[in-house]
Amino acid sequence: MADFQIDDTVDITDVVCPVTFVKAKVALEELEEGQILAIKLNDGEPVQNVPRSIKEEGHQILKLNENEDGTYTLIVRKVED
Amino acid sequence: MAKVDYATLKKGGFMRQKQKNNFSLRLQVVGGYLTAENLKKVAEVAEKYGDGHVHLTSRQSVEIPFIKLEDVEIVKDELAKGGCKPGVCGPRVRTVTACQGSEVCPSGNIDTYDIAKKLNERYFGKELPHKFKFGVTGCQNNCLKAEENDVGIKGGVEIAWIQDKCINCGVCAKVCREDAITIEEGMITVDYNKCNNCGRCVKSCPTDAWDAVPAYIVSFGGLFGNNIAKGETPLPLITKEEQLYRVTDAAIEFFAENGNPSERFRFTIDRVGKEKFIKKMEEAYHG
Repeated sequence: MADFQIDDTVDITDVVCPVTFVKAKVALEELEEGQILAIKLNDGEPVQNVPRSIKEEGHQILKLNENEDGTYTLIVRKVED
Repeated sequence: MAKVDYATLKKGGFMRQKQKNNFSLRLQVVGGYLTAENLKKVAEVAEKYGDGHVHLTSRQSVEIPFIKLEDVEIVKDELAKGGCKPGVCGPRVRTVTACQGSEVCPSGNIDTYDIAKKLNERYFGKELPHKFKFGVTGCQNNCLKAEENDVGIKGGVEIAWIQDKCINCGVCAKVCREDAITIEEGMITVDYNKCNNCGRCVKSCPTDAWDAVPAYIVSFGGLFGNNIAKGETPLPLITKEEQLYRVTDAAIEFFAENGNPSERFRFTIDRVGKEKFIKKMEEAYHG
């Protein structure tokens, strides 16, 4: 994770689909173009669906890191329309 | 009064009702696609000639019940003005059904509307030993339940990793539900025996690091009525449209040549022999 300068972090492990994506989307809206968000998400449905939804919104996914506690951290660069 | 030809009425989509001299008119709704203009005309006809309601069938059609025998011809003319055509019943190829496919749905791998329209143009109403249903679904989510049809078509993708574009984010390996993708030291390996061509890796990849060819997964012999059987998929992926139609042509031809009257496709395949049928399909597949 040290490869990227993280500007903000959001934890979406406390919500379920479809709020997972909504929460990530709201966090991204807070950022400026080019800033980087780290999203902590659960295994299973969130890690299968959230990266794809973020891609479909036009943002740039940089990395998916596996954490030791069974969660993942998705590193996303904000891209404006 | 002349004797009513129920067989002809049925062929033209008019289903005899319990109520004497009342018919439920089935429309030809290809791929579940109706325009606003179609719907307005359906509403108008249902109010004027029916009892003001319609029935949505299990195969995406609209039926307008309580059409009187004497109104059958005028109802057909009226509907035609709104771009609506009657469907069919009985021993022939039925209206082709489809999900929304890649033109609308983010999950779609193939343009299901387009395939459904082309199949419908090719075979709709063709006389066969028994009813014959085609269904086209865009992906492995299988919203249209491909395998319950006599011939089911499911959208897939044939994939190959593009190393140069890959940033090694690891998303593809996580989204793969078949556990077909492994990443070791920056190298991605696909186990093609496990890959079910769903395309989730392609759709989630942030850098489009996959060479992805849309493909058709075709199943034969599905039934979901008095008997229930899942259509089987003996052929490898079909990656060309003309190849798809060669195979569907061959399946229809096999049924027309070998089917007994009132025997569903599945039972023809079982009676004549699965090996013989598969051989025919393989010949068509290879062209």
